[in-house]
Amino acid sequence: MTSFAGWQMPLRYASETAEHQAVRHVAGLFDLSHMGEIAVTGPGAGAALDYALTGYLSAVPTGRARDTMICAADGGVLDDLVMYRQGEQEFLVIANAANTETVYRELADRAAGHDAVVTDATSDYALIAVQGPAAAGILGPLAGPDLGAMKYYAGAFGDVAGRTAWVARTGYTGEDGFEVFCRPEDASHIWEAVAAAGAAAGLVPAGLAARDTLRLEAGMPLYGNELGPDMTPFEAGLGRVVKFDKPGDFVGREALAARASEGPRQRLAGLTLRSRRIPRHGYPVLADGQACGAVTSGAPSPTLGVPIAMAYLEAGTDLEHSVLAVDIRGDAAPADVTDLPFYRRRQ
Amino acid sequence: MSIPAELHYTPEHEWVSIEGTTASVGITEFAAQQLGDVVYVSLPTPGTSVTAGEPCGEVESVKSVSDLYSPVDGEVTEVNTELEDDPSLVNAEPYTAGWMFRVRVAQDGNGDAALPPDLLSAAEYEELTKSAG
Repeated sequence: MTSFAGWQMPLRYASETAEHQAVRHVAGLFDLSHMGEIAVTGPGAGAALDYALTGYLSAVPTGRARDTMICAADGGVLDDLVMYRQGEQEFLVIANAANTETVYRELADRAAGHDAVVTDATSDYALIAVQGPAAAGILGPLAGPDLGAMKYYAGAFGDVAGRTAWVARTGYTGEDGFEVFCRPEDASHIWEAVAAAGAAAGLVPAGLAARDTLRLEAGMPLYGNELGPDMTPFEAGLGRVVKFDKPGDFVGREALAARASEGPRQRLAGLTLRSRRIPRHGYPVLADGQACGAVTSGAPSPTLGVPIAMAYLEAGTDLEHSVLAVDIRGDAAPADVTDLPFYRRRQ
Repeated sequence: MSIPAELHYTPEHEWVSIEGTTASVGITEFAAQQLGDVVYVSLPTPGTSVTAGEPCGEVESVKSVSDLYSPVDGEVTEVNTELEDDPSLVNAEPYTAGWMFRVRVAQDGNGDAALPPDLLSAAEYEELTKSAG
């Protein structure tokens, strides 16, 4: 167990490597109840989100999800979010646990003047994720919505193991999978039912450590590592979440437009190491022996069998002709630039 | 959790097994569980001297890297090369196949291994893990 943003969370249930492999090959069961849920409802909810966030959320159809971000006026990322449109006037915004309070306060401020109500509903929800190629086969027979027919980044109200839930085909592992938002009092019942239904297939509970290596292989950014208030979505290669063509102003538009036109000052790169030692957050990256950036996330990749990392490199770094290395506690470990993501599932 | 009674322990979660003047060293099951899956172990070179309480290697797990401390003074005679190919032995069998290195320890006046006075017994180490866990 570990303390995480005020929650007691399992870092691992047994072996994080085995949990990782189970998600890649069968499925894993995650308790993500620490994530923040913020409800934005009312006739002006869509317009309020268009103003508050980088995305064009009022244009998202009911029953669909979007990755989006909330930025400060200077373009810095305050959090990366998933938004579910649950109805014509009902939106549910999912925030990282450590940022939930900030996101809630910013949304409440930014919704002022719109006909919308912003509620921190985090304590109304538990979140259980089933992730992996067998997820639909395991969860489907227990779930009210037809999961086989559900599109990626879609969601629906229904029931799971007889309990009311919002079920969405989303996740943070690079695999197919589902996230079940249920009442806290129903969470252990749903967990037990899903665990029992999947046990024979090889479903295992998976902790935070496996979640981190899964998202790293999938090239997904983690707030606090690849994302933070000192960078814009463009540095992270996620400029696509900024919708300049939406109607009306939004917080950060001017700064983000300037950043988009001048190009990023650093770029997020994938690195594969030839050493056995692990590049970790903050370790310097060297180009021909000179510091050119720093590792943001690093881990042994269970899928590739070698250490991998994401790192911010200065925009001017000549990746074609430089010899790259990560400074691992004083030793230069040779590294190769690798296209992100490191792992992409077969469609 | 296993804490074999016949071994000595350190507050840094190493175990020591003494046979004559040879000390075998590894990390405890408690340490291995706290670290999670071990993915790389850097061990001292045979022939080098190690000093009790000083770092002499590293243990990398998925989530962290930790110094490996020598529990005794002496000269490294042998390291567990199996760990190069399979560092997960540290998790699977921390007290047997997951051993890390052996040290020839200086003799005291009686011809026994001269051990640091602050090594812990199994009971003392168990107390320590209870307060740490």
